[in-house]
This record gives sequence, C-alpha cells and structure tokens, in this order.
Amino acid sequence: MIKIIVDGKEVEVPPEYTLLQACESAGAEIPRFCYHERLSIAGNCRMCLVELKGTPKPVASCAWGVRDCRPGPNGEPPEISTKSPMVKKAREGVMEFLLINHPLDCPICDQGGECDLQDQAMGYGVDQSRFAENKRAVEDKYLGVLVKTSMTRCIQCTRCVRFAAEICGVPEMGAIGRGEDMEITTYLEKALTSELQGNLVDICPVGALTSKPYAFAARPWELGKTQSIDVMDGVGSAIRVDTRGREVMRILPRVNEAINEEWISDKTRHVVDGLRTQRLDRPYVREGGKLKPASWPQAFAAIKAKLDGTSAKKIGAIAGDLAAVEEMFALKQLLAKLGSDNIAAQNVAAFDPKAGRASYIFNPGIVGIEQADAVLIIGSDPRKEAAILNARIRKRWRASGMPIGVIGDRADLTYGYDYLGAGTDTLNDLIAGKHAFAETLKNAKKPIILVGAAATARRDGPAILSLAAKLAADVGALDDGWNGFAVLHPAASSVGALDIGFVPGKGGLGAAEMTTAGGVDVLFSLGADEIKVPDGAFVVYIGTHGDRGAHRADVILPGGAYTEKSGIYVNTEGRVQIAGRASFPPGDAREDWAILRALSEALGAKLPYDSLAALRKALFAEVPHLMRVDQIEAGDPADVRKLAGAGGSVEKTPFKPVIADFYMTNPIARASAVMAECSRLASGQLLTAAE
Amino acid sequence: MSVRRLAPKELQPESFAFTADNLAWAQKEITKYPPGRQFSAVIAIMWRAQEQCGGWLPEAAIRTVADMLQMPHIRALEVATFYTMFQLNPVGKKAHVQVCGTTPCRLRGAGELIEVCKNRIHHDPFHLSADGDFSWEEVECAGACVNAPMVQIWKDVYEDLTPETLNKVLDGFAAGNPPQPGPQNGRQHAAPITGPTTLLSGGINVSPVNANGPSLTDEEAKRSGAAANVQERPAPKPPAADSSGKNTP
Repeated sequence: MIKIIVDGKEVEVPPEYTLLQACESAGAEIPRFCYHERLSIAGNCRMCLVELKGTPKPVASCAWGVRDCRPGPNGEPPEISTKSPMVKKAREGVMEFLLINHPLDCPICDQGGECDLQDQAMGYGVDQSRFAENKRAVEDKYLGVLVKTSMTRCIQCTRCVRFAAEICGVPEMGAIGRGEDMEITTYLEKALTSELQGNLVDICPVGALTSKPYAFAARPWELGKTQSIDVMDGVGSAIRVDTRGREVMRILPRVNEAINEEWISDKTRHVVDGLRTQRLDRPYVREGGKLKPASWPQAFAAIKAKLDGTSAKKIGAIAGDLAAVEEMFALKQLLAKLGSDNIAAQNVAAFDPKAGRASYIFNPGIVGIEQADAVLIIGSDPRKEAAILNARIRKRWRASGMPIGVIGDRADLTYGYDYLGAGTDTLNDLIAGKHAFAETLKNAKKPIILVGAAATARRDGPAILSLAAKLAADVGALDDGWNGFAVLHPAASSVGALDIGFVPGKGGLGAAEMTTAGGVDVLFSLGADEIKVPDGAFVVYIGTHGDRGAHRADVILPGGAYTEKSGIYVNTEGRVQIAGRASFPPGDAREDWAILRALSEALGAKLPYDSLAALRKALFAEVPHLMRVDQIEAGDPADVRKLAGAGGSVEKTPFKPVIADFYMTNPIARASAVMAECSRLASGQLLTAAE
Repeated sequence: MSVRRLAPKELQPESFAFTADNLAWAQKEITKYPPGRQFSAVIAIMWRAQEQCGGWLPEAAIRTVADMLQMPHIRALEVATFYTMFQLNPVGKKAHVQVCGTTPCRLRGAGELIEVCKNRIHHDPFHLSADGDFSWEEVECAGACVNAPMVQIWKDVYEDLTPETLNKVLDGFAAGNPPQPGPQNGRQHAAPITGPTTLLSGGINVSPVNANGPSLTDEEAKRSGAAANVQERPAPKPPAADSSGKNTP
C-alpha cells in the first residue's frame, strides 16, 4: 500500500492503482470520457486531468500510476489536488476543445438527459464558443440493425473500439484516419457480429452511438424505471425496465458484479418490441377447429368439461422456458390436486432434483469463472446460450490465458480453445486419461467442467451428465472447497423448476412421454412453445404470445410476460432472484399464478392461496432457500460424486447445438421485429454492409 | 490533411497476391518480430504491397496483408488510413510527385513548383493527369531543407529545383528516362554550390586527386530506384519477460 494525499486527505491505496482510482477511493470525483473501469486505458480524452505536486503540467489521472508518483523532497507522500484552479482551468480547456467540433444538437439527440458530455459540460463548459471556423462534420456509419450512428457527435474516446475488441471479442471496430479526421467505423461498414453490441450504446459517453430500435422513442426523464431480472437466458442478468405508461420502452442493464457486470446481451436489451406484438390479450377456445375469443368463465368451463371425462393419469403439464417459480409451483399443486404426477419442464429431463442441488447448477458460480485456471466445455455454445457468461470466460481467458477445451460443436466462442472432439467418445477418452487435455485439467487447481444443453438435452443426457461428473471428480474439480462441476442451462425456468421439483413424480410421465402420441389427453402448457404436441391431446396453453404453443392450443389462457408480473427466477448458478413488475398484462390477460388459482377454483380443486404473498409463503414453506433472494444455496460436492457413480450408456453421436438462432429462442424474441432483423442479418439474408 | 477514403469500388482490383519474391521477403519480415507480435510487420509489408501495386494500396491488398498477419482487417485499415505514405487512390503510372510544402521549401520557391504541378498534371492534388501518367500531392517536410525546394518521386528526391528544372525532371519521367536523383543545379549533395569554402586542403573528405574538383566523394551513390529499406539486420531477440504470453485482442 502506498500513501497518497488527495485534496489534503491522506489515503492508502495499492501501488497498482491509477491516480484516478486513488482519487475515487479518497472520495474525489473525476470527470472522464475515455476511461472505463472494465476496458483498457486509452488516456486520450484528457478530461481526468489532476494536479500532481511537483509536475509542471496537469497529468491525466486515468493513465498515471500511483507508483509512478515521486515523493516530496522530505519523503512526504505524493500530493494530488483535484479541485485546484489549475485543474479546473485545464479541464475547461479540454472541454472547450471537445465542444469545438461537437454539434449543439442536444434537443434532437437521443442521448440527451443521460449524456456524459452534457453533464460534464455543466461543470466544466464555458457559456460561449470562441471558435469561429466551421465545425467538423463526419459521415454516419452503418454498424448493423441495433446501433445507430451520428458520428459528428463522436469525441473519439475509442471506448467502443476497445469494447468490441476486449469484451465482445470481435475486433471489428476501429478508428480510421487521424487527427481531426479520425473516424470510428467497422471495416467497410460491415455490421457488427457480436451479441453484446447493444452495450456500445451504453458505453458511448455522447450521442454518437445510440439505439436504433429506440431512436426518438422517449426521453429518459419521462420513463418509469423498474429493477428486474432478465429471462432470455439462464444467466438472469440484472436489468432495468423503462416504461412509459404501460408500455415497456427499453431495457437497460443494471450493475451486478456477480452476474452480468454491466453488460447485457442484445436479446435481453432489444426484445422489447416483442412484448408489444403478437400478444394474447383474451382467452380463446377452439370450436370447430378454429380458435374463437371467449370469456374467462367460458374458457374455464371448456377445460372443466374436458377434464371431467379424463382420467388423472392422462393429465399432464409442461412448463416452458420463461415460467417463473410461483406459477410452476401453483401448476404443480393444481396437478397434484387433480391426481396427476405428469409434470415436467422443457429440457431438464436429464436432471433429478433428488440427486442434490449440486447436480444441476453452475456450482462454481459466474464469478467463480474468474478464479478458474482451466475450462472444459462439453456440449455447449456459451456464446449463444449465455452470452454474458461467455464474456466472463473470455475475460478470464484474456487475463490468464487459461486453457479451454471444447467437446461438441466447433463454434466461434470469441476466445481460443483446443477442440477436443465432437461427442461422448472424446469425453470417455478424457476420463480414461488418453487425451492430453486430461493432464491440463488434472494440473489445474480450479478447473471448471461446463456441461451444456447440447449434451444433457439428449436421450442419453443423464448418462452424459454422469460422465461429466465423473470427469470432474477424477480431475480434482471437487476438491479443496472448489466445485467445478458447472451445468449451463439455457433457459430461465430450468433451475427453478428443478428446485421446486417440477419433474415427473413416481410413475409420472416426462416431457418426452407426454408429447408422444397417446401420452396424455389433456396437457397444460405453461408457455411451452418448443415442444411438439401430438394430435388428439387437448392443450391448455397459458402464455403470452401467439406462437407455436398457442397455435396448437385448444384453450388459450392469456398470461403476463416477465415484465408484467413479479416472479422468482433461479439462474443457472442457483441464484434466487425476483423479477419486478414494470407494467401490466394487456387486455384480459392476467398474471399466470392468478390464472391457475382461478382455474383451480373452477375445477373444484381450489389452491389454498388468494394472493402472491400467500403463494410465496406456501412456496417458501416447501422450498426454504427460495426465500433467500440474491443468494445461492450452495450444492454439496458429494452429490456430484454420487452422480458420477450413476453411470448409464451413452450414444456416440456428436453433440448437436441446441440454439440454432440466438435471436429466436423464445416466444417473445420470435415476436420481435428487431430480433427478426438481427436474425436475418446474422444468417446472411440481409446485406451486411450499407451499399 | 483531409479525410482519406479508400478508392471507389470501380477502381479496386478484385484480388491481390504478392509476387513470389515479395512473399518471401514478407515472410522474412515477419520473422523479425517475436511470435505473437507479427502485427508489427504490417507497415513494412503493406509498403511493399503498395510498391507492387504501382504506388497505391488497393483494399484487396490491405485485406491480404491483414490476413497474412492474422490481424483483424480493421486494424490494417487503421494503419493504412493513418499514414499518408499509403496512397489509397491510384497514382500516376510514371510518377507521383510529392512536393515538399513546408516552410524552408516554401521560402525557397516550393509554391512555384506546386504551380508547375497544377498546370502540368492536374489542378488538384491526388488527381491523375489526363493521360494517367502523373499525379502530385503536397507533403510535409521530407528532410532535405538544405537543398530546398525539393520533390520526391517514388523513392528518390530531386532537390534544388526551379520550375524549369522540375519540368525537365518531369520530362525525363514522361520519356521513361528519369534523371539522376539529387540536386538538379549541379551542386554536389549539400555542399556549397560555389565550391568548398572550408577544409580546402588536407581534410579527409577532400579528394586527393584534384583539390579543385568535387569537394566530397561518395563511394556509394544512391542509384535511381533502389529501395531504401532493404537492409540486412539480425532479427531482434524477443523481450525477456513481458506480457506476450497473454491473450491481447
């Protein structure tokens, strides 16, 4: 630790700190444009100038190390002032230069109201310009369908260039030309190919990069802000839902160091317009082969009529990817009251809640990736299944150069990896120690064995899971307080479903059996859109969008999307989080748990709760750890060892990726025009460059 | 300086490939840098690509060089657009005249040389003459102030120019017979035109044969057209312990 005096206040900071960090730790606020704590240091905006005693000129605090400061003549600690007249004058000079070429178009700029330049100009700007010459104008660039550019506003901080290269791992942005003529662009104005590009809008300190879908839609001060949780993937990124009236205008990231730092994926951010289109806003009942609008009592009566003649064994329920814990819990209890054990969530057939929590969660945690020193990815494309988690792996890979092995699809993951093989043969080789990478894993102190849905969603999923657990146990991934067995669920509902035991009961049917012909006669589908229900089954679809599930449904009960209800979601690492309600379901649609409660009464199997609070009380009584919001109920490594002993026979077919199209994985995304455009762009159906 | 853009599509060749000689040279250039630092060779190799393409750098060449060095295309484009020595548009086939327009040359009459270029080649810099053989631009100091004013054509400098001698130089290029590089007024290098004024006898640089002859000798006079950057140097050692093992973007 080094002593340093900031504005007369002595603080002790680590020697690797920059002056900017030291000043912040002393409570001084330093304005900045180019500096960003998660990006490399550029030191080119000069806004963070401070006075360092003993230097003739002000120094850029973001690029000056504390250990580079000389002590005073008698060994006094270095002295910095951040508020002296010299500093103020220097920053005013910098600001004046920045504003020379910056247009005065704040009234028509989408960044207005949340612009760093605007804010800092209040502190350091002068009231008039001394610049009589023409301002510079820069041609706008095409960067794809999500990022809109107004390059005349660019102050060339190069944050976007560094973000694309360092965080996204797609070094596609750059600064061409030099000096006054420097311009930010991509090579020949090709569209960006990152699934994190929406964050460019957030890191741009001015209005040069703004959100294209949100262009001119609203001003920040007219939006209601609700803190919530994303459900587009299993990571559960922290988001802020901005609403005007009942309409969700945009979704922004919140800082959550444990999960998403301050980034969110494009699907999380730009799915917004999908919340408005294709919505189910009233119940429907199929009559004569056609879905006809109905009232709630009519819909319930239709269900009751069908259920009355159906044996309990022929009733089933499948929960979709976006279901919250509460409604799954209510549905589970409803089915229990009806006498059925046929309940299952999509894509979690390989997991057994009774095997212990460690057998189905991402045990090391997302933060744990930053301690890992080797990663083996089995049957997963984390870039598509959990883009934020992939960014974390890349961050660790960049910092430590840790070895990464991949079994499965050979995808571009934005970091270098050893491609080991395509299927279970390679996994068996690794366990037998026949593969060189086995040695790497053994030598690693904190290896992570990441198992993805491409491996577990298969018929032999439980056996593959057991193999992976065996490998984890063999290479010492479960020793010394470290649990490196990591299951990556691509869906938001998976871990929650497993936590509350939303799995087939004794003798009950699983999702696969229920969706085979003759499996069940009545199927409750809680937003399960990625299943194919055979003809003959009577489907009650509780969901939000007129998607695949609704097309197949016989009765549609319109529910609320994740922004329209308060719901508990458990992310892939087992962290319990509550999504907040930002607006209301459209039309006659209701929150899903309330629908189930009302339906239960109509069916004569009344669920014993009248409010969400009462439901949660019942839920917490059964699954206490769901009470501990934002915490992880850790799994027991012994469970993984037990899982390793389970065994089973595996097929030799290669792992097939589960997500073909990142932008089209759930009903909300499929309803979004922006996501559709992204998807077309990514698949090459749309021109990738402005021509 | 002005905004520099790649040449329009219709002028861009479809593809670019190094000749065998240049490719071998480029490969050798890459080995000068430690593994993982091969990006460092980008300027030298791109410069060679420009020479091969007749003095300008097509987009295909930038891409090829970037691929060769396994660097993102945009990084190579950044370099190509940053350095004005990379011509992004086609230049004259016979000569691209770079007139020094910095103060010493200006004081010695560079303005008149620019007038010659304007009248003889094209009114605007970076434009081809009607026959496509010539183009010109104004550059910053080329480091021959003592022989001001001067122009650089390809790799050679022509110094101590007047409008007349510049015309003569350009005539030589037009005829395919470039004159001897260096001062065009009979002066030897940067020596006084009136003959030696100091070290008239006995100095090591005085020609032993004829004290009244040229004051200096030059055993290795630069030949017209010879590459200035061809040098034999041992490859540098990699830095001892640095961050080259890390995965930089």
